[in-house]
Formats: sequence, C-alpha cells, structure tokens
Amino acid sequence: MAATKTIRAIGHRIVDAVWRIGSATRFFILALLYSGMGFKRFRLIIKEIFSSGVMSLIIILVAGLFVGMVLGLQGYETLKRYGSESALGSLVALSLVRELGPVLAALLFASRAGSAMTAEIGLMKATEQISAMEMMAVNPIARIVAPRFWAGVISMPLLAAMFSAVGVFGGYLVGVVQIGVDEGSFWAQMQAAVDFREDILNGVLKSFVFGTVVTVIALFEGYDAQPTAEGVSGATTRTVVNSSLAILMLDFVLTAIMFRGN
Amino acid sequence: MSPSALVEIRDLNFTYDKRPVLQGINMTFPKGRMVAIMGLSGCGKTTLLRHIGGALKPSRGSVKIDGQMMQDLDSAGLYAMRRKMGMLFQFGALFTDMTVYDNVAFQMREHTDLPEELIHDLVMMKLHAVGLRGAHKMMPSELSGGMARRVALARTVALDPTLIMYDEPFAGLDAISLSVIGDLIRRLNDALGATSIIVTHDIQESLKIVDYVYFMANGVIVAEGTPDELRACDTDFVRQFVHGEMDGPVPFHYPSGDYRQELNSQG
Amino acid sequence: MERTTLDLWVGMFVVAGLAALVALAMKVGNLGTYNVSESYQVYGYFQNIGGLKVKASIKSAGVLVGRVTSITLDTQRYEAKVVMSLDKRYQFPQDTFANILTSGLLGEQYIGLMPGGDEEMLKDGGQVKQTQSAVVLEEMIGKFLYNKAAEPEKVIVPEK
Repeated sequence: MAATKTIRAIGHRIVDAVWRIGSATRFFILALLYSGMGFKRFRLIIKEIFSSGVMSLIIILVAGLFVGMVLGLQGYETLKRYGSESALGSLVALSLVRELGPVLAALLFASRAGSAMTAEIGLMKATEQISAMEMMAVNPIARIVAPRFWAGVISMPLLAAMFSAVGVFGGYLVGVVQIGVDEGSFWAQMQAAVDFREDILNGVLKSFVFGTVVTVIALFEGYDAQPTAEGVSGATTRTVVNSSLAILMLDFVLTAIMFRGN
Repeated sequence: MSPSALVEIRDLNFTYDKRPVLQGINMTFPKGRMVAIMGLSGCGKTTLLRHIGGALKPSRGSVKIDGQMMQDLDSAGLYAMRRKMGMLFQFGALFTDMTVYDNVAFQMREHTDLPEELIHDLVMMKLHAVGLRGAHKMMPSELSGGMARRVALARTVALDPTLIMYDEPFAGLDAISLSVIGDLIRRLNDALGATSIIVTHDIQESLKIVDYVYFMANGVIVAEGTPDELRACDTDFVRQFVHGEMDGPVPFHYPSGDYRQELNSQG
Repeated sequence: MERTTLDLWVGMFVVAGLAALVALAMKVGNLGTYNVSESYQVYGYFQNIGGLKVKASIKSAGVLVGRVTSITLDTQRYEAKVVMSLDKRYQFPQDTFANILTSGLLGEQYIGLMPGGDEEMLKDGGQVKQTQSAVVLEEMIGKFLYNKAAEPEKVIVPEK
C-alpha cells in the first residue's frame, strides 16, 4: 500500500512538473507577444535594467575577480607539474569564457535579480496590484512582465562578459603579478587558445540563453505565486532552485552542441 | 425595472470547484445611484464584483453593463469596457514602486496621449479632491492606511469612470479615516454623476451613504431595500446584521457537540 | 523626455558590459591579432598528424603566423591533408619544412614552419612538400621497447 502511494505521489509530481513547464512556456510566449508595448515604452525596460542588471553588478564583479584568482592559483599548481605554466593564460581564459563566466554569472543573477523579481511580482499579486492593473484595462503581462523579461535578457550577457573580463584580470593578478608567470606568454597563450567566434561568441550565446530562462522562470514563479506571504516566499525559493537546475542542465546541452569536435 | 439601469444582473450563477458560490442573483444598479452589497465574509460579494468587472465568467446567467453582455465581450471589448470603470481595491492596491503622483497619473499615461502638463493639472485636481495634493511626492509605503485609501480613491476616479466599484473600502480603517472615506465616496459619486457599487460588511457607515442595499448570505440575496427600509426591517438575519447582535440566524458557536457532555468526558 | 541619474547608471552598465566584451575579444581572444589580417592557404601531406586539430596554431620561430583550417584523409595517398591558413604578412620559401610539434611534454600540438632557402615563395594554394609527422608517444615507447628487446641480453655471469 505504501509503495503504491509513493509511486502515485511521484507520478503526481511529474505530471505537475510537466504541467508547470507547459504553463511557463505559454507565459513566455505571452510575454513575447505583448512585448510590442514594452518597446514602445523603452523607459520601463531601462528602469528594470537598473534594478536587475546594475544592482547585480557588485556581486558579479567581486565574484568574477575571486573566481579568476582561484583559477590562477589552482591552474598554476596543476600546470606546474607538467612544466606548462605558460598555458595558465589559456586555461584561465577558456574556463571563464566558455563555462564559468556564463554559468556562474547566471547562477548569481538568478539568486540576486531572479529572486527579487519573483518576490516583487508575487507581492504585487498578493496586494492586488496586478488585479488593479487589469481592472484599469492595462495588460499586466505587457506592463509588468515584458519589460522585466527584456531587461533580464539584455543584462545577462553583459554581466557574464564583465564576469569573464574581471575573472581574467583576477587570473592575471595571481598568475603574473603575484606568482610571476611570464606576462608575454600569459597573454600570448591566451590569445592563441581563445577564438572569438568559437569561444567568446558561444559564451555570449550561452549567457543569452541563461538570461532568457532565468528571467522567464523568475517572472513565471512570481506571476503564478499564491497571493499570500507563504506563497511568495515559496515561489522565491522555487525560482532560485529551478533556475539553478535549468542553468546547469542547459549548460551541458549547450556545451555538447557548441564545443563538440574541438 | 428601471430603463436607466447601468448594470443589470440576471439569474447569475457561479460555481467554483463544484461549490456553488453564487446562486440566482438578480440585481439592478440604476444610473447615478450608490448601491451597497453587504454580507458576511465569504458570502460571495467579492466574487460578484469580479463578475461585474469581467474578471470571471458566470456559469449561468448574465451581467449586462450599459447594454452589453459582459460574457460576450472579447478581450479588446472587455478592456474598452473597463476604461469606463474604476475599482477601489480592498487595501488600495497602490503600485508600490511608484510615487503617489505616478499612481494617479498611471491610467492617464496608459490610455491617453495627454501632454505631461495637462496630466499634472489633472493629477493635482484629483489629489486635491481627496485632500492629499501635498503628498504627491510620497511613496505608498510612507502613507498611513487612510491616506493610502484616499490616494487609491483618487486613482480610481482618475479617468472619471461611469461605474465605480469599491471592494471593502472601509476595511482596516480607524473611525476618522472611515467617515472621511465614506464622505468622499458619496461626494465623488455625486460630483462625477457616476454609479457606485460598494461591497462591504461595514453596515453603519454604508447605511449612511448609499441609496439601496442588497444583503447576501451563502451566495443568495436574503434581503434588499433602502437603508430606511432595512433599519425598520425585522427579519432575523437583517436585524442581527444591522444591529450587530451576537447570536441569531448566524450562530456564534461553530457546530459542536453537547457542551456539558464534552466537559464531563474529560473528567 | 527628461534624463535621470537612473539613465546614467544604466548607460554606464551597458557601456561597461560592451567594454568587457570588446576587451575579451581583443585582449583575450584572437580577434585583435589574427583574424583581421588577410591570409593565404597552403597545404601539406602528413603521414601521421597525431593529435593535431583544426584551429591549431602554426608558428615559425615561435611566432604565430597562421592556423590549421582543415584536416582530411586523402584516400589516394592515405595520408592526412592539412590545409593551413597563413598570414599574408609572412611569406615562406617553397622548400619550407612543416613539422608537427608539441608544446611542453603533454601540451597542445602545433605546426612549426622552418623556412628553406628557395628564392620562390609559397603561393596561395601551394603545397608544402617537406613535412614531418607528429611524434606519437605510443610509437616511441613501442620502438623503445622493441629496441630493448632486440638488444642482446647482457648475461650477468655470477662470479664463483
């Protein structure tokens, strides 16, 4: 009896998850459809870029610097064993540009900006601001959701690029300034290994995808939240958990598509 | 019954999750009048209001506003209809990320192409009407409950609606704010020549200001009439409600077993 | 539309993001060094390319002069045909020697070009005739073991 109950519970959760994915997709399409007005009032997007992008700047820069420094240190220790410390530059840059930049920036973005978006919209729903807007004949998807969506999509690649750039600088600080790897070979190896189209643009593309997914999840969870305090806090947690999982899973898929055969 | 009815509700039924919320509601809201819908919490008042606003579709029956069936409207028609409506939400529902000024200006900016100077004058007029012209730079979080409600009222009437709905306008207000809001609602309605529907459970305040009252309980209308008729009415339910008696058709005790028996069984 | 400090912040944010991208492209990536200059193509046949990959660098005297653009197996000769794209600024004699080398013990493999003394220069679409295959570690070890086995065993005669 207990076994059937468990199986039923699992099945229930799976059906529920598929259901939610469907609703989220429909929500995403609606947000795209109603984006026309958002572009007409570009000011709204600017405002949201401020609250999601600019407000995430500090955490992204600090995290990027330290990740780069750790990469410099660890990479040096490992490469030293094979006598190829000169490859440090390419190791730091490739790891950042291809993987860590887009992925870590997206994870940070999800927990900093994504959760804030969910909480904000959930609260708007709980205090009937969304119903009020609807009663004023203003479409809340166009007025609230679409600007935030585009702000997230625009901010994310910029944040990831800054993360990578600062990270490379962190690697340079530790590798060249502190440990004393030859500066020329550090940059030369890096430039020889990193291809603009293959590595950098693919990294930008990744962060673009992550930005879209994180923002859609955050907005959907907020819009779908139970209009109570518990509902909003639960939705905020779900945003961080679901978007982190989505980022890591998508990263695998994207990496497999982009970098296979190299 | 009246040819000048703005809103007519005929045999409205609504079922949610197989539970009947509204059953056979018939109401008429004549133009220029203020009508209150009263009842206990959870009796379907807010659901009824959502039907009038077109946010819910009836399971059976119809809501007709200004000669148009709400359930037949497509979303463009619904939005066009809503531009003629204003709704004051229970706790004001001010947009928390905007100043008082921007809250009141919101609909003017969304729905009109008025120049900013004109919007400024209109906003100031609306805020002046609720006595809060001086607070236009404040954020909603800085306002007291009564002030927030007045700002919300100014926002509700921003585009001079012909139909104004109030969802519990008196909830959570102190005695002074309460009579200020009540007075404002009446004055605004008369100044705008609008029709008002007030959903509330605050009997004393609303009996003072409205023209007609519907009493609801468990999804049906149990009594209706002018305030004077209701004060004189001696139906058990209305008497309990109007005079706030503790026990009556609405029992004080949740259904339970025999009191004496329960006490003894523990000892 | 009046300008606000908010616009300034967002503007700075966007500029910083784009600057980071440009910095990545120019300083970290190869956009600044190699892709912008014009190139010409030459090819060569190698018996074994080992771990050489497309986009591997081509160096002469340690200077990056080009990249491998394609590697295919020529079924006429059963040798690897490697197409190299070289920077126009660097011209090489026709008898240039192409060598697959490894950076470090286990590093990436690249092609080293050793110029000969010919007067004629390599043209676009020309062939590098003299090539040397990659050193494949397994083969080297195999050879070493084989040589060892072939050596007459030193018999240690125990002293009595």
